[in-house]
Amino acid sequence: MDINNIKNQFPIFSKKVNGKSLVYLDSSNSAQKPINVITCLDNFYKNEFSNVGRSIHALAVNATNKFEETRMSIKNFINASSKDEIIFTKNATEAINLVASTFGQQYINKGDEILITELEHHSNYVPWHYLRENKGAIIKFAPINDDGDIILDKLKELITSKTKIIAITHLSNVTGTIVPIKEIVEIARKKNIPVLVDGCQSAPHLKIDVKDLDCDFYAISGHKVYGPTGVGVLYAKKKWLEKLPPYIGGGGMISEVKKDKITYAGLPEKYEAGTMATAEIVAFNESIKFMESVGIDNLIKHEKELTNYALEKLKRINSVNLVGNPKEKAGVISFTIKGIHPHDISTIVDEEGVAIRAGHHCCQILHARLNLLATARASIGVYNTKEDIDILCSAIEKCRKIFDLK
Amino acid sequence: MDLKQLYQDIILEHGKSPRNFGICKEFTHQAKGYNPLCGDKVHVYLKLNKEKKVENLTFEGSGCAISMASTSIMTESVKGKSLETAKEIVIDFLNMIKKTQEIKSNNLDEDQKIKIMSLSGVTQYPMRVKCATLAWHTLTSAIEGNKDEINSEATD
Repeated sequence: MDINNIKNQFPIFSKKVNGKSLVYLDSSNSAQKPINVITCLDNFYKNEFSNVGRSIHALAVNATNKFEETRMSIKNFINASSKDEIIFTKNATEAINLVASTFGQQYINKGDEILITELEHHSNYVPWHYLRENKGAIIKFAPINDDGDIILDKLKELITSKTKIIAITHLSNVTGTIVPIKEIVEIARKKNIPVLVDGCQSAPHLKIDVKDLDCDFYAISGHKVYGPTGVGVLYAKKKWLEKLPPYIGGGGMISEVKKDKITYAGLPEKYEAGTMATAEIVAFNESIKFMESVGIDNLIKHEKELTNYALEKLKRINSVNLVGNPKEKAGVISFTIKGIHPHDISTIVDEEGVAIRAGHHCCQILHARLNLLATARASIGVYNTKEDIDILCSAIEKCRKIFDLK
Repeated sequence: MDLKQLYQDIILEHGKSPRNFGICKEFTHQAKGYNPLCGDKVHVYLKLNKEKKVENLTFEGSGCAISMASTSIMTESVKGKSLETAKEIVIDFLNMIKKTQEIKSNNLDEDQKIKIMSLSGVTQYPMRVKCATLAWHTLTSAIEGNKDEINSEATD
């Protein structure tokens, strides 16, 4: 894999930040965009813009075709059975809210249990909390060990006859833990419990095969997969989308509307009310094409090497503590430095052009579990290089110098 | 503006060894502050005597060097002052951080002014302003007897 060729596809890396070349290590937050995505957005607005799925003029037909091509690409990208199982949302958060709301409405009653884990991002906890508030559901947290791995035996013990759904991340945005989803789905299958997977972090970094995972729902965020903001994807098995009620009501999601009766559109339109982020969805196809041009196996290999390189280098810096040591880890590296708050680290490395994130990364439950108030996080994308890691490490040395750490 | 000006020795020293840390005995006012963006927390305890003078001012909490130093310097600057003067110092500080980069107050001695001025560099780092102002807003809240926790996202 020619990393220079990949980096050159991202115009942002020709810009200077604080007078320095940009070292972008915040891809878990949001990834930078390759030129084909940017050009596509620009071209669509300049030459091809129309709303989709409504009018029958030439522009509308072309736009609708392109919109549906993205759906088809995603179907293939995650190996779904049908394009009807691909629902566009505004982000992964909305995808999870869609399931929590519609599934909750239909299947969750007082005393029913929702099983999540201590690793979850707030977006895979807060939507379920609404069901606790509004329906009297109970939320259980499968615990993790100090390495950041979910303790599967404990997870099994938490499943009861009241467990209605398991919602779980595929890849932690703090510890980088790759969660054994297939194993968890197998456990859930035996009890006939559906599984929702938060795939925000995994979709850009792992090979996703929803048929192989056999999960019921899978949420993806477009902007983390080198795509535009404003696009998310919910994959759901067709049987669920047929059974569950619609989510947002409005134009585009109906079949027939009368004063006393409304019938809904078929799939996937039933879940896509109102004008969607049309241009962004069309351009999202280009980010899938970018991922395919790199090759997911190449991407995994490159990021694995870089992660190992970063871990080895960071371990050698005095007073740096790595957060979590999971069995299988992706390129999400959270750390603390004894004596320097993560926000001070972030401000200092930023002066060297290094973009990292500091804080709780929308995982307050996980931080509380690990007895941490905040962490600094360097997260790797396909465009990162060993040189980026070297610059991060020198910037950390600068933090240590300013704070006079031994 | 460079980092050395932001992380001056005064700030690093106060950040590492904050003054007036802990709960003061017989406090008459208290308030909590929280910055949801970074998780910084501060709990300010104020003891006003009968003459409405700040007899003691302490805090507990955790946060970055900027927020710890700012809180520590605040307690030193306000302790021993009358309530009215304390309020003026808070306003003066917030003006310095947001606008003037200078401290006007005649209520502070030169040493206190230098310490407070050491925080003025934060102005150049918009994402860090709330780290510096959290404790000061929380002190105002304590004086006013507000029951709700101060949230940095709802201030400034």
